[in-house]
Amino acid sequence: MDLSYGPEYETFRDEVRAFIETHRDQAPSSESLRSEKALAWQRLLIEHGYTARTIPEAYGGHGAQPDILKSRIIAEEFASARVNAGLGGQGISMLVPTLLEMGTEEQKQQFIPATLRGEMVWCQGYSEPGAGSDLASLRTSAVLDGDEWVINGQKIWTSTAHLADWIFCLVRTEPEAPKHKGISFLLFRMDTPGIEVRPLVDMTGIANFNEVFFTDVRVPKHQIVGQRGDGWLVANAILGHERDSLGDPNATLTRLNALTEMMKTEHVGGERLIDNPAYRDRLMKLQGRVMAMRFNDLRILSAKINNSDAHLARMIVKLQGTELRHELEGLGVDVLGELGLAYGKSPYLRDGGSWQRHYMFFLGLIIGGGTSQIQKNIISERGLGMPKEPKFEKAI
Amino acid sequence: MEFGLSEEQTLLQDSVNRFLDAQVPLDRVRAFSEQPDDQDIWQGLTELGIPGLLIPESAGGVGMGCLDAALVAEALGHHVTPSTFLGTVVMAPLALAYAGADQDELLARIASGQTRVGVAVGDAVAARQDAGITSAGSRLTGKAIFAMDCPADYYLVADSRQRLFLVAADAAGLTCQGLPTIDRTRRTAELTFDATPAQLLSDDPEVFARTVDAGRVMLAADTLGAAQNMLDQAVEYAKQREQFNRPIASFQAVKHMCAEMAAELEPCRAMIWYAGHALDELPEEARLTACHAKAHLAEVGKLVAKTATEVHGGMGFTDLVGLHYWFKRIGFNRQMLGAPELVREEAARLQGLVA
Repeated sequence: MDLSYGPEYETFRDEVRAFIETHRDQAPSSESLRSEKALAWQRLLIEHGYTARTIPEAYGGHGAQPDILKSRIIAEEFASARVNAGLGGQGISMLVPTLLEMGTEEQKQQFIPATLRGEMVWCQGYSEPGAGSDLASLRTSAVLDGDEWVINGQKIWTSTAHLADWIFCLVRTEPEAPKHKGISFLLFRMDTPGIEVRPLVDMTGIANFNEVFFTDVRVPKHQIVGQRGDGWLVANAILGHERDSLGDPNATLTRLNALTEMMKTEHVGGERLIDNPAYRDRLMKLQGRVMAMRFNDLRILSAKINNSDAHLARMIVKLQGTELRHELEGLGVDVLGELGLAYGKSPYLRDGGSWQRHYMFFLGLIIGGGTSQIQKNIISERGLGMPKEPKFEKAI
Repeated sequence: MEFGLSEEQTLLQDSVNRFLDAQVPLDRVRAFSEQPDDQDIWQGLTELGIPGLLIPESAGGVGMGCLDAALVAEALGHHVTPSTFLGTVVMAPLALAYAGADQDELLARIASGQTRVGVAVGDAVAARQDAGITSAGSRLTGKAIFAMDCPADYYLVADSRQRLFLVAADAAGLTCQGLPTIDRTRRTAELTFDATPAQLLSDDPEVFARTVDAGRVMLAADTLGAAQNMLDQAVEYAKQREQFNRPIASFQAVKHMCAEMAAELEPCRAMIWYAGHALDELPEEARLTACHAKAHLAEVGKLVAKTATEVHGGMGFTDLVGLHYWFKRIGFNRQMLGAPELVREEAARLQGLVA
């Protein structure tokens, strides 16, 4: 065990801190992501290698060698300074890595630089009303007509569809092939005629998602990543990226600290919330669980540095991380008693109503990105070597 | 940065596991539960250098650290090993070291496997109405219940003020009476003192607390090993056992039970590594991580003990499969040196969260 990052990295950490200190006035707040301020900040971060760090310069990135510890230090420092760490979103986190791996040279040139700079915003068209956990059964069709794909169907759970310029979308192009082999990965503009976006309001009261409808949407034939029928492989390369980022224990620790703070300052019946032994025990129980997940995270980080795979330790993060976060936010609601019901513009909100909102939002994350039940299938089959359930033959 | 075990540590754990695989099968555990004699097992562990694990080389030991000891504890728990460990190998040598006691001769005898030390500090962790020890000068009077690793040649004893003493087994006025518990892989006893002469090791509550921290991490590590074995057995059984013309491991209900156990247990491994490492290297974090490791492993262990038994169906409930040895060992580790609620309250107090 050696928990120090070493002098080279501590120097690097000092550099990151100094950068943040000097430039923090230029950072946008999280609400203004499409503003000129946000785009300028993004360019500055790329220039210094604090975002798009390992993406080649030829594609608009910083072009540094991959260094897991440096990436970790950057994330830690921006998080602890509460300074915007650059643009996220599904274009940057999912499409860019996919194109780097599977895209043509022309596609890389066309899409990666503009996406990194924040000038091209993407949404992801995967799930459908009839294709959730069983994503490969998706039915949105694309039929070749001359030099164009003609797309018909519907997507759902499409976050940022209302803001996006482009969509990366899974469609069925080979209806006769087995379900995993009949899918293709298409890229097209969201202002193409025939696309309708309807907001989908969820239990938090906010439209975090959309439904997207396609009626005879015509897309140039060459806007495909990989070959016809390879869409499932292309998509799976990036689903792994998504799962890794859900349930981050360091974000959960930040919330645990906020909860502890609230329980020390909020009073009921003349007593601080933390003075209630039942609440206190629940808080301590969560602290122990967060601790275990943080050490698990360090174990995964260390394995990555050594080019090995922490396997089961990594496989359980989405399941455990989202369930833990949901429970933590729920304690925030519980300790507030009636105040835990306040919502919207109520004058009695505590911490801006974040406990109530996150409690519901994280239930969404338990379900999204591979439900807890799908995670348990993966853990038992790939982690513990247990057999799959026998498949039903297709209905007669 | 390296969050993981060194090659030396992996080798240590492998060698203990190999010995226990060969010499301590379930039948040996059963035999101990009828006739509690662990001489052959202790002999084997002594050949591997385990008694001197935490004793400096200058005193005849191996001079390794608490993380190494936790790895051994995990292996012992994995095999529900009926052998002395917590008192002789961990708490006594550490208490002597923390107290700065000049006891090289005793340490050398412990390291060579000749001398065993039981540990009676439970009443100072959580005082009971029907037990407790008071000291007058260097004489002890009272009763310690649930002393571990008994009978022994010496006892590490804490009085009600958390002062630590060393008492020879043949000291005047000391009696040791075996005390049955649910866990028949451990030997516990009631020690009665009647103006018994004792040697004061330390009157510093910090020495007592650090010794208890280490004991808690070892109990938690023992649970990690025991729970991992129960999970492994459950998965293996589910793959073999057929009902409705298919292995029960192919039923989602059974798979999800196993996945839940694995998902809870896997992060515990990193937690034990960290807690063991902290005892040696991170004094500011050691107590809090020890409390949380103890409490968290108690909760996860309880879940695994129940769920793994259920996966075995009716067989899990019988004595035939012997799963109950692991179930009870995990239960023992949970209750000793502070049950989870008590330890979590201590964690809160450490952080100034208790008024």
